[in-house]
Amino acid sequence: MSQAATMNQAAAVEPAETPLTPESWGKLGMWLFLAGDAMSFGALLCVYGALRVTSADWPRPSSVLGIGLTAFMTFLLICSSVTMVKGLSAIKHNDRAGARNFLLLTVLGGAMFLGMQAYEWSHLIREGLGLTGNPFGASLFGTTFFLTTGFHGCHVFGGVVYLAIMATQVMAGKYSSTNYSPIEIAGLYWHFVDLIWILVFTFIYLL
Amino acid sequence: MDTHAEPNYYAVFLWLGVLTVAEVGATFLALPKVLIGVLLVSMALTKAAIVGLYFMHLKFERTTLGVIAVTPLVLGVLLVFALMPDLTAVDHHTANVPAAVEGHH
Repeated sequence: MSQAATMNQAAAVEPAETPLTPESWGKLGMWLFLAGDAMSFGALLCVYGALRVTSADWPRPSSVLGIGLTAFMTFLLICSSVTMVKGLSAIKHNDRAGARNFLLLTVLGGAMFLGMQAYEWSHLIREGLGLTGNPFGASLFGTTFFLTTGFHGCHVFGGVVYLAIMATQVMAGKYSSTNYSPIEIAGLYWHFVDLIWILVFTFIYLL
Repeated sequence: MDTHAEPNYYAVFLWLGVLTVAEVGATFLALPKVLIGVLLVSMALTKAAIVGLYFMHLKFERTTLGVIAVTPLVLGVLLVFALMPDLTAVDHHTANVPAAVEGHH
């Protein structure tokens, strides 16, 4: 076979591994998805900032929103990130029971976060805050608040379902110390949810 | 499969916890609002960097993957600068409206 023919054949075959993430293509795919998703959150936070700067009666968030509760929710997500990395560490050591327990703890953390967010939302809605109304000042405060925290809440819900499925698969013996890439990829998603909340907590609640 | 040494996740957790408490505490400080804002954003970005570097293992990945991860932040900062003319123009318009109206009379 000529050299040109060999090169053409090589170009037609997809490489077995990506140089960026030799572990799996899935990991690179998740990183690219997260980068795109981060831009969505970036746009939401920028819009929040722009509307706030140009509004004459934007309420002071700390006087409307419960900082204590959301600080605890932040703490909860940080804890769930730790259980996530411990779960990954456990499966790397072939400890399936440990991995399952840590993943279930992570799911529990996410579910508790969602419960607290539902409590916070219902409390604010009872006080009159909505997508189109705000008794504390600019109505767009309610719009941006519910859109941003709601978009994040959807991610948490997705993560809870995702990790619950991973925990089920760990229990079924699907993963081991030589095959744990899907758990690492799920972990990336969960840590991203934590990272975004850190920014949402600062920009929407504290500033 | 990756072969790097596992970071001390409990130390990372402690740092994130301390920074969260510091953030909430900073809102009670009797400092100019701008300074508190700078403090809060700095601490939030530090926490986000800690999560990215240690929990998401960016510290142990190839630099190009880090570039992919940082790209949204760069674009976000660019978006802020792109919005700046509109945001500052609102103040000018508001300030100039009475003068402009008076000029027509």
